[in-house]
Amino acid sequence: MRTSFGERMLDLVVTGFLWGIRIAILLAIVIGTIVTVSKGHYTSEQWIGFVVFGVAQGAIYALIALGYTMVYGILRMINFAHGDIFMTGAFGAYFVATWLNTIGFVDRNPFLGLLIPVLFAMILAAAIAMLVERIAYRPLRNAPRLVPLISAIGASFFLEYAFRGFFGPGKYAYPPIKALDGGWTIFNVEIQKVQVLVVAAAAIMMAILYFIVMYTKVGKAMRAVSESQDTAALMGIDVNRIIVSTFALGAAMAGAAGVLFSLVYRQIDFFMGFTPGIKAFTAAVLGGIGNIPGAMVGGLVLGVFESIGPSLFLEGLGIPRPYQLKDVIAYTMLVMILLFRPSGILGERLSKKKA
Amino acid sequence: MASILTAKKVTKRFGGLVAVNSVDFEIPEKSIVSIIGPNGAGKTTFFNCITGFNKPDEGEILFEGTPIQKLRPDQISRLGIARTYQNIRLFAEMTALENILVGQHIFLHASWLSAVLGTPNVVKEEQGALDEAKRLLDFVDLTGHGDTLARNLPYGAQRRLEIARALATKPKLLLLDEPSAGMNPRESEDLTVFIRRLRDALGITVLLIEHHMRVVMGISEHITVLDYGEKIAEGSPKEIQSNPRVIEAYLGRGAATEGMETAHERHQKKAG
Amino acid sequence: MNEITKENFLWSALKIGLLGGAIALFICLIGMTEIFSKRAVIEKVITLGQFVLLAISVSCGLIAARRTSQLLRSPSAFSGLTAGLVAGLTVGLVLALFILAGDKINFRAVFLNASPALYKVLTFEKGIGGAWILPAAGAISGLLGAAFPLIPTSVRRPLFHAVLFLFFMALFSGLFRVVIINQGEKGEKIAKYLFGQTGMTVPGASIFFVLVGAISAFWSAFGKQIKTSASNLPKGGKIGLRVVAIVIIGIIALGLPRVSGPFIAQVIVIVALYILMGLGLNVTLGFAGLLDLGFVAFYAIGAYTVGLLTSYGPFGMQHISFWAAVPIAVLVAMCAGFVLGLPVLGVRGDYLAIATLGFGEIVRLLAGSDFLINYFGGPQGVIGIQKPCIGVLEAFTKIDVPRMCRGIELKDPQDIYYLAIFSAILIAFVSWRLRESRLGRAWMAIREDEDVAEALGINLIQTKLLAYMLGAAMAGLGGAIFATLIGSIFASSMQLIVSINVVALIIVGGMGSIPGVIVGAIALIGLPELLREVSEFRYLLYGAVLIIMMLVKPEGLWPSQAAKRELHHLDAEAGTEL
Repeated sequence: MRTSFGERMLDLVVTGFLWGIRIAILLAIVIGTIVTVSKGHYTSEQWIGFVVFGVAQGAIYALIALGYTMVYGILRMINFAHGDIFMTGAFGAYFVATWLNTIGFVDRNPFLGLLIPVLFAMILAAAIAMLVERIAYRPLRNAPRLVPLISAIGASFFLEYAFRGFFGPGKYAYPPIKALDGGWTIFNVEIQKVQVLVVAAAAIMMAILYFIVMYTKVGKAMRAVSESQDTAALMGIDVNRIIVSTFALGAAMAGAAGVLFSLVYRQIDFFMGFTPGIKAFTAAVLGGIGNIPGAMVGGLVLGVFESIGPSLFLEGLGIPRPYQLKDVIAYTMLVMILLFRPSGILGERLSKKKA
Repeated sequence: MASILTAKKVTKRFGGLVAVNSVDFEIPEKSIVSIIGPNGAGKTTFFNCITGFNKPDEGEILFEGTPIQKLRPDQISRLGIARTYQNIRLFAEMTALENILVGQHIFLHASWLSAVLGTPNVVKEEQGALDEAKRLLDFVDLTGHGDTLARNLPYGAQRRLEIARALATKPKLLLLDEPSAGMNPRESEDLTVFIRRLRDALGITVLLIEHHMRVVMGISEHITVLDYGEKIAEGSPKEIQSNPRVIEAYLGRGAATEGMETAHERHQKKAG
Repeated sequence: MNEITKENFLWSALKIGLLGGAIALFICLIGMTEIFSKRAVIEKVITLGQFVLLAISVSCGLIAARRTSQLLRSPSAFSGLTAGLVAGLTVGLVLALFILAGDKINFRAVFLNASPALYKVLTFEKGIGGAWILPAAGAISGLLGAAFPLIPTSVRRPLFHAVLFLFFMALFSGLFRVVIINQGEKGEKIAKYLFGQTGMTVPGASIFFVLVGAISAFWSAFGKQIKTSASNLPKGGKIGLRVVAIVIIGIIALGLPRVSGPFIAQVIVIVALYILMGLGLNVTLGFAGLLDLGFVAFYAIGAYTVGLLTSYGPFGMQHISFWAAVPIAVLVAMCAGFVLGLPVLGVRGDYLAIATLGFGEIVRLLAGSDFLINYFGGPQGVIGIQKPCIGVLEAFTKIDVPRMCRGIELKDPQDIYYLAIFSAILIAFVSWRLRESRLGRAWMAIREDEDVAEALGINLIQTKLLAYMLGAAMAGLGGAIFATLIGSIFASSMQLIVSINVVALIIVGGMGSIPGVIVGAIALIGLPELLREVSEFRYLLYGAVLIIMMLVKPEGLWPSQAAKRELHHLDAEAGTEL
């Protein structure tokens, strides 16, 4: 019995459809860009402004993405609650910062006034992540893959709505830090101090993380465990401890990202982790999940793309208020990358079997 | 005799590793043929290439004259190739009967709408499938176990159920991946008889991967030996037993299987 | 010799107590205690908030006693009771410490719910001097918990059932009260005797307690006999029993909305809609094992299609009748399933979940954006959706003027109830038929082992796509009814949370199990809708439920295979009788 006509048609439709999507998206981007550029609606300074904003945003995504990538690398599991860990960090920092602000500490010592909330956020986020790992993930480590994913979704909702219970559904305004007001104008491009701080802080954190993973004993053990848990265990590595420290390290990065996010957007609420969480996951996949430098690159690419995209090609396509569709760009990138290159732009680590 | 399956210079690489290296291979129709070789010799990969799970990087595989190396596994299955797995892969949460019914999928044609409406055709088709499934259960000595979940069956029964499921696709060529793994001598004796019966009663060509030399030597008409992805020998059981390269491949690496040794001894005795 | 590795039983009781205390504190701080204490279990005796806290220390006592019997080589009743006492006392002490600390430190600067009202509840309105009550109550309840296993089973079980029932009645007392009051003057008298404004009255509670206890005791004594005599009935008798049961259920189902009033009818409709969605996702997730976190997209598509086709508002496109629009909506949803399914089906496992989540969000964002505002109304949504009309629907005249219906118009939830229930039953039947067909088997094979299924000749793309499309069609039907129920649709009501709801109800009910979907929908959608107190915490509870289910019972409350084997069992019995 040969393949039926219907089946061959279906194959044709599938391939045609997939190519259609590629071409349509590419065309939309190219045409939109050409139209926008030819209209000259924006000055080049404005474009650079978009890019700067995108880089700052992308740095935050990259910080969160590290947690996804590290956990996936070691457990092959999507830590759905990671975005909410980011949220817990932001909340922790908020209360510390508010307190420091009311006693006037921040004005007297802006550097420590920034650093202390960040450190607190990192510790809090790490603690909560370890708790989540212990309760919701560890007992399920050998279960079929959907099981820990669903448990992670549960953990995500539990965290969100526990925080909603603790702090209410309203938005909290992060206290203003005078030292961060204003910015500089370089070649007509206005760069805010906050943006510089965010990028610098993220770069430092990532450098520290990279150092930990590459050169410390724990980091080497992490890499060993991500290659093979069994072999690592045979080499005398305490696999549980390493997995917990992976969660803690990733969560600490997310917690710090939560503070940076609050500094940029100035307001926090219990649901703030969801969208950045998905986007950071996109960044992680974009860079090749399991690949630490990849997460950094992926975050920056996503941030910049999302920042210039609405003005660059959506506006050119005649879409009103294109910034409303900023998230659509990110989600489309997510779907496309999962569809066409699940190994990411940098990653070769993920074979078909693992995906 | 005409060959049912011909492989020409089949090569499969995984990154830098060459799992199957330019293997030529032929299975005569209605024969029982074995592939042997030490662990990691590329036997299962070769199986996967035949069934379409892995696509060969080079070479050609002809099934009854049709090139199949570019087809999907479901298409290959419909041409008449079925297989079992080294580590039994039944649908664990489905009953034994359902497992066999899944094997019959390609012969059932009910559309979703007619299945929902329960048209007479569908009812008839389902009844026929059920009868056939029960017949296959009987054939593999699992009468009365139809409603047992596959994972609750004892090991040997699972092996037989897996074969019954493969038979449900009405294959012309059946690939068995280490069917006697985990069996005691008595059971593997039964298995030998059973495999002969498949060929003699149903006219199915059988290709085996087997470590158990007693089974291999007792049943195969033709043996191919793989080592490091390359074919190092082929021929009748007798020829293989005395082939120095084969003995080296097995013994030289210190991973000798007892089966090989005993088979070898027996051969020596006979010769002496 | 094992004693060395085992810990001291008092130490373990203390740890259990601390954990219980942490949970109790958590419940207080998220505001549950305060909100729950507005409702009484028994009026003037115990509030729901107190009941929950007590339940924690009782269970801590019980667990500590159990643990003790494992830890000690020769456990005695005394050691168990001591452990229970310690555990319960610890729970109480944790809360008491919290109150004492709260007197000095302003927790409210951080935790919204560390309010004077909470302290009032915890100290039984006695101020800081009432803090001693908590450890005392904790100790006593811990002791009770520890004593529980010592009671003989014949008493224990009815006791447990009666308490459970009281809790249940307490949750729903307001509802029952209204329903009974609606039945006329006599009903009002009965209702007022049994239920107060916030919970049961003392006589009401005693009546229920004794009644349930008695029934439970009776059942445990004679239940087996009744069951065997029922199964020993001749075949005709059995069928007769079934028919009687079905007729009774049918009568209740038909009469319910008239008796219960619009609120309950609306809740049931919503449950039915979630059952529709649940059955749809059950095809993709439960049967075929494809986790779709963007399932709400199909619901939205069904709703928008009906909305745009029937609305008399500014975005109405066609002005056809609801009955004509529904099949179109189902078809459109099915096509959407095809279009969205085509690309993502190549993606495996957990990546599929994320990709579909992305799709769901894209659909919602596009529907609510200004980009498509001329078609979907942007954030203002589509309004003025025509209600279903049995009879002649007059032609469309003017925007924002509903079309007249000469005949029966299903305008209230009580009317749409029938539509929703009928659809749910129909789709349940369809799902059941699908599962028993070659397609159902193919889906389950894919769920169990995709590679093997493919090697058996199953075309993965075709089969998965079909699962996707049929699932989408079912959700589309749900969306269509939703649109006409609410009369308007907004993109903002198509949140991810709806998809999560559906996933959760399938998980709770049991993946692949059709009765499981119904159980799950009633438990996860119906209960929170009925209980304002619970609905405040529903997503928190969902989160907890998802985790706990995965840890304890990943096969769900009503697993499909168990149900199925039961069926086979019945068949076998029927066979032997012939």
